[in-house]
Amino acid sequence: MADAQVESRKLYCLLLAAAKLLSNQDTSFRSAVSRSEKECLSMATADVAKPDYATQRKHFIFTDEHEQLRESIRRFVIKELQPHAEEWEETTFPDWVFTRMGELGFLGLDKPEQYGGQGGDYYTSLVLAEEMAHSHSGGLAMGVAVQTDMAMPPILAFGTEEQKQEWAAPAIKGTAILCIGITEPDAGSDVSGIKTRAVRDGDDYVINGSKTYITNGHRAHAIVLVTKTDVNSTPPTQPDDSGGAQSGEAGRRARATHEGFTLFLVPMDAPGVIREKRLKKLGMHASDTALLAFQDVRVPASAVLGQVGKGFYHIMWELQGERLIGAAGSVAGAQNVFDRTLQYAKERQAFGRSIGHFQVIRHKFADMATKIETARQMVYTTAWRFQNGEYPVREITMAKLYAARISVEVADECIQIHGGAGYMQEYGIERSWRDLRLNRIGAGTDEIMLDVIGRSYGL
Amino acid sequence: MRRVSRMTRAPRDLARPDAERAAGARAHAARPIPPFTAEHDRLRSEIREFIATRLRPHADEWENAGWFSNDAFGWLAQAGYLGLKFPAVYGGGGDTVAAAVLVEELAGCGSGGVAAGLGAHAGIALPPIEAFGTEEQKQRYLVPGLRGELIAALAITEPGAGSDVASIRTAARRVDGGYVVNGAKTFITGGVRADILVTAVKTKTEGGHHGISFLIVERGPGVTSSPLRKLGWHASDTAEIAFDDVFVPDENLLGREHEGFYLIMANFQWERLLMALGAVGAMQVCFEQTLRFLAGQGSGQAVRHAMAEIALAIEAGRDVTYAALRCHVAGADAVREVTIAKLQTQRCAFDVIDACVGIHGLDAPPELERALRDARLGPIGGGTDEIMKEILGRSLGL
Repeated sequence: MADAQVESRKLYCLLLAAAKLLSNQDTSFRSAVSRSEKECLSMATADVAKPDYATQRKHFIFTDEHEQLRESIRRFVIKELQPHAEEWEETTFPDWVFTRMGELGFLGLDKPEQYGGQGGDYYTSLVLAEEMAHSHSGGLAMGVAVQTDMAMPPILAFGTEEQKQEWAAPAIKGTAILCIGITEPDAGSDVSGIKTRAVRDGDDYVINGSKTYITNGHRAHAIVLVTKTDVNSTPPTQPDDSGGAQSGEAGRRARATHEGFTLFLVPMDAPGVIREKRLKKLGMHASDTALLAFQDVRVPASAVLGQVGKGFYHIMWELQGERLIGAAGSVAGAQNVFDRTLQYAKERQAFGRSIGHFQVIRHKFADMATKIETARQMVYTTAWRFQNGEYPVREITMAKLYAARISVEVADECIQIHGGAGYMQEYGIERSWRDLRLNRIGAGTDEIMLDVIGRSYGL
Repeated sequence: MRRVSRMTRAPRDLARPDAERAAGARAHAARPIPPFTAEHDRLRSEIREFIATRLRPHADEWENAGWFSNDAFGWLAQAGYLGLKFPAVYGGGGDTVAAAVLVEELAGCGSGGVAAGLGAHAGIALPPIEAFGTEEQKQRYLVPGLRGELIAALAITEPGAGSDVASIRTAARRVDGGYVVNGAKTFITGGVRADILVTAVKTKTEGGHHGISFLIVERGPGVTSSPLRKLGWHASDTAEIAFDDVFVPDENLLGREHEGFYLIMANFQWERLLMALGAVGAMQVCFEQTLRFLAGQGSGQAVRHAMAEIALAIEAGRDVTYAALRCHVAGADAVREVTIAKLQTQRCAFDVIDACVGIHGLDAPPELERALRDARLGPIGGGTDEIMKEILGRSLGL
């Protein structure tokens, strides 16, 4: 208990520091936030006039400190990031976002203090993922999430003290940018089909191969790279994304073939690392997505991350965190585009009234609100399991699948409600739609998610 | 705030996934989701056992008869399950969350009609007596009701007033010492067998929903009821009821005169939660049944994904329903959460059970076909899906 108090005091101090750092606080924004909160509460209770029950309605995983953190991050995101959203669609977001967020402590919220993190719980990371949606730039949110919740966790979980000091500490400060390399031109969903090889040569390893769709790939200082070190192991013929979580005969068979992969922590300035073209894509324009080549890249054995031969399990573990944080981002993205569309539906007039007052439009909002709330509860319940030491592969998979789907459905309905305006870039709704569409593909497609869930029941 | 334990997990451990860490096939996750506790989990297995051995064996017989035995109320009462949510002073268990366990598990009784009949008594008709009744009314009706010796039904819907509750026309005319009631009610679950009818009446002709009051009408002269045939819920008696100059004494006014609409609104929250919990339970039962059916046969990817979709729908429904339950038991205004939970789960349960039937094909057992018919009431009863959308849409200021 005392420990918990110390932790929350620390977090509170961080918040104060962050608040100070946010130079000349925008009071008009602040009053806008409190105004919209009041509106939300009065709206939710409009049909039964009752007192404010906000405390009981708050989800049990969050404390007041989390709410303060949320407000602090939101203020930063709206003030310092959101105004640039459109500009960064053209240019990709600048690297100073990392240093600025590092300075504010936002890149290490749930990371250990010994490496410069805040030592908070998993929920702090969830709060960050949710609030980043206010940037109105999926590409930006993704670039940051790759740093905090995809590349960093394996370094902190499997890395040596030296690796943590060399890469995790500066990544938390925002002075080092990280990326993670799994997908290859010939291996996407089928992770075990990767061909990038790392061959032992004396005290070193020599890496050859290529990686694609790598977020942050152009700007990164280091990559967490998945390679194959034992070419004799044959890949399995069925998807097994559960990290070898299957039991029984199928599990043993799957495990036997998932040996022989190894993670490396490779500096991106190592000779032979070639950053090939910037990939153009449907959405997420603010992020840089790279095709990378590795030609005789020589790294010392100390560049191995985790255990030699256990890379597949390491990366499957990493994917769980990636999926959960992705699910949180999907929900927040859906909520954000929903809120903007609700505002629009109240203002836009047609046939003598605001379009939101047509029953079919009202029902569309009810359907969307139901989907978003359901997805949110799945994410929170799963995050609670995660925080409490469970390894809930099935629940994470479900949360990711559901949240990704509904985010795309919601964004599509929001375009529909906006009509022609939804189709125009000016309103930013079509951008949300394009950005959110990736959620059903990245970190494991919907179809892979269904397969993982189905197999978890022995089917 | 607690430190992140997963972050500091030893790499050695992570490199060796084993069955314990794995998400193997299990009906319920290891840790009970709040507001449920380990204690509730124990109660859950107890109740599941009770339902499987005491109720389930009668399902076919009761369905065919179109009537379940009144003894079921007594069995539940003796086991201590009938009054779980009511205060101990009236013979209850004093734990709303425990009552939620019962409702979810009742899906295992093999008949939506039985679950509905028991639920209408303990979950819908008695709660307003507990919440709005006088001490004398509680002693007279609630106490025997919780012993399973008196059966109650809630009578609101009329032939001319369904979703639009404010337009009910059953009239209670003021007379010396009480009221004289005339009118008709319909679709009343348990209405044939009920000893008392907690009835919505108009006590003022003007004022729309501000002229509604509730009377506890005892079965007697002038009260006639007859069963209705329906798509599903065959084991429950759904009644059409006529009141013909029925005298109801003053002391049977439930709550304040003309303020019955608040009673309806308050009651709806628990009723809708019950329906959401029941849908989650029904989906789980049908899913497990289908999983057993598939065991041993190799299934193709389409079936695997169909089952994954079902499991996903159940998890989604469960998480959002439990969230609404948490909100409700915390005493918060849970209108929005409960409405969402009901809207999310009802059509979904029908679709899920339909998919289970589809996977079985012509091998679908009668109870699955029955579950499908029973589930079709979900998007209608307790407020239709369309009414749920109206409530939600309006709560957003639209």
